[in-house]
Amino acid sequence: MREEARRPRGDDAVVIPIGTGGRPGRGTGSARPSSAARNLAPSARKASARKASAGKAGARKAGSKPRDAAGPTAAPSGEESAPPPPDETSTDGSAQAPTTGIPVGEWLAAAQDAAQEVFGADWERRVAELMAFVRRRLEGHYEVDDYGFDRELTERFFMTALRPIAEKWFRLEVRGLENIPAEGGALVVSNHSGTVPVDGLMTMLTVHDHAGRSLRPLGADLVFKLPLVSSLARKSGATLACTEDAERMLSGGELVGVWPEGFKGIGKPFSERYKLQRFGRGGFVSAALRTGVPIIPLSVVGAEEIYPLVGNVPSLARLLGVPYIPITPFFPWLGPLGLVPLPSKWILEFGEPIRTDTYEPGEAEDPMLVFNVTDQVRETIQHTLFDLLRERGGVFG
Amino acid sequence: MGRVVLVTGISRDIGRRFARAATDDPSIDRVIGVDAVPPRGDIGDVSFVRADIRTPVIAKVIAKEDVDTVVHMSVIATPGSAGGRGTMKELNVIGSMQLLAACQKSTTVDRLVVKSTTTVYGSGPRDPAMFTEDMGPKRLPSSGYAKDVYEIEGYVRGFARRRPDVDVTMIRAANVVGPHVSSPLTNYFRLPVIPRVLGFDPRLQLLHEDDLMRVLRHAATTGVPGTFNVAGDGVMTLSQAVRRLGTPSVSLPRFAVGRLGATMRQARVSDFSPEQLGFLTYGRGVDTTRMRTVLGFEPQFTTAEAFADFCQSVAPAVREGAGRA
Repeated sequence: MREEARRPRGDDAVVIPIGTGGRPGRGTGSARPSSAARNLAPSARKASARKASAGKAGARKAGSKPRDAAGPTAAPSGEESAPPPPDETSTDGSAQAPTTGIPVGEWLAAAQDAAQEVFGADWERRVAELMAFVRRRLEGHYEVDDYGFDRELTERFFMTALRPIAEKWFRLEVRGLENIPAEGGALVVSNHSGTVPVDGLMTMLTVHDHAGRSLRPLGADLVFKLPLVSSLARKSGATLACTEDAERMLSGGELVGVWPEGFKGIGKPFSERYKLQRFGRGGFVSAALRTGVPIIPLSVVGAEEIYPLVGNVPSLARLLGVPYIPITPFFPWLGPLGLVPLPSKWILEFGEPIRTDTYEPGEAEDPMLVFNVTDQVRETIQHTLFDLLRERGGVFG
Repeated sequence: MGRVVLVTGISRDIGRRFARAATDDPSIDRVIGVDAVPPRGDIGDVSFVRADIRTPVIAKVIAKEDVDTVVHMSVIATPGSAGGRGTMKELNVIGSMQLLAACQKSTTVDRLVVKSTTTVYGSGPRDPAMFTEDMGPKRLPSSGYAKDVYEIEGYVRGFARRRPDVDVTMIRAANVVGPHVSSPLTNYFRLPVIPRVLGFDPRLQLLHEDDLMRVLRHAATTGVPGTFNVAGDGVMTLSQAVRRLGTPSVSLPRFAVGRLGATMRQARVSDFSPEQLGFLTYGRGVDTTRMRTVLGFEPQFTTAEAFADFCQSVAPAVREGAGRA
């Protein structure tokens, strides 16, 4: 009853009352005042109530009447003395709005402007979508696939965060997009460089934005051992680089990305930039042969220069169980500032697919064939890298 | 002539409920429940024989009752319920060996169904996303439930080699959840605040208790030999599960969660074994293609549905206290 009685008064007011609307007590204003507040308040309850019911006219009167009626029945004796003179401040406040606060209309206009600034012209729909997204996330009502890939989070969050870096910082140039099949399994094989696997993230973004597909990277054991990295990797679609997972994904029609150089590639010194390292045992080739999917060679130029690796601390790396501890001209000397990658110019070129469906699946067991195809992929990437380097001109051009 | 089914481990809830459900099956004549202690609930038409499967008495029971189907469900997961790890290991491993020895001697048994678990695959950073039946654990389990199950599976395989005329079905069930299940995982989800391992979000694959009942019955009545992963479709991450449950959770570094688990085990709040910690760090997924194609079984609940059903059983007080807003 008390709440109902208070509501009309709030509607009248043009001012946003700060706190409880004048009554002492807990923040809501509808609850019983705390004992501390009751003790503080002068015992002027009866006087103020009488004044309110008798003195005011019009709308104000309609508002206070029910409250007056409710007062004696609902409130225990202790409260009789509690409610205070400040009753009047809120009514008076409405008269002198400019001095006591900012009008509600201005608040609303400001909020609308801000929303328009952030979300654009159709901000209402966008905000509603965002709220729905946040609610879904908080309640856990989203889907992940068998590998733990959270498509919604990846597309709405990770990709959005990476896009400006790709477009503004590295100025990605993409070639050979027509070589990515629109559907069906395929294996993207890329060179690996840059001390930190930023090239993997950029490739994922490129494939998502330009080819409209999700690249599913195969990651090293270490990725799934590290806290935080492991959960982010699974959520963004990665899985362990092992034969079982690679074949399962490829036969499931996914576009799989693999960096066969592994840590030898990203952890190589700056002096060896753009020289491809050994391609492991060619496990990716046998996976492609067994599932009959095409291999798409990808050459990435630019990633080598983002963190020029000039030194390593092997003993510390062994101690921490990581493949290397990078020393660049800026890290660790400049601290966190040294983590900012250099803004090199990137070019990604997807090469012509190498078909594997002409071979029998049984031929995947033939080591000679596997090595030949591996070399073919490796040579393609290496030559494309040299061509791209000649074309690029300056590192930061 | 219907089948005579012997069910071990009937004193536990899931064994008892399976035995009761099996009596309704038209192709099953009699169901005999065996355990060292009497079942706590109603067992309906099941005849209970009090026998310890760790002793050769079990062979006599099989011979006397002309048992032709043995359903072994007596592998326990928690040392707490058995009275210590030593007893648990003895019950699991020695019990299974005696049971297999009895089956080997028997002339009537022609079907053996063993309820195993996907815990045998372990959980680690080097695991494939989905385990198929012919994969083993990446690292052999060194202790606990997983080791027991791994050893039991070895004995069962040995038995299958020695008695090729017996159809041996091994059901590797994923973590079972449901309103009536009390397992390390369900106890974990019933905690008022759920501890999680900082920086890891494991994938969980679950099986509803009703589906476990159905698949065991399916295996006991059809007798398809082989090893089968049985789990609901799809996976969900632990963070997702916690959010759907609406319980607050706290992320702690792995060693702290391990410590907390050990303390909780001592306080008998929850059984938090090392393999449980591994599972809650790295998770596990299993491939269920063979369950469909060879065994011919289709679970009614997906992982998400099984968990939703479990959520409804968790005391509303716990869920309301979560502060969903």
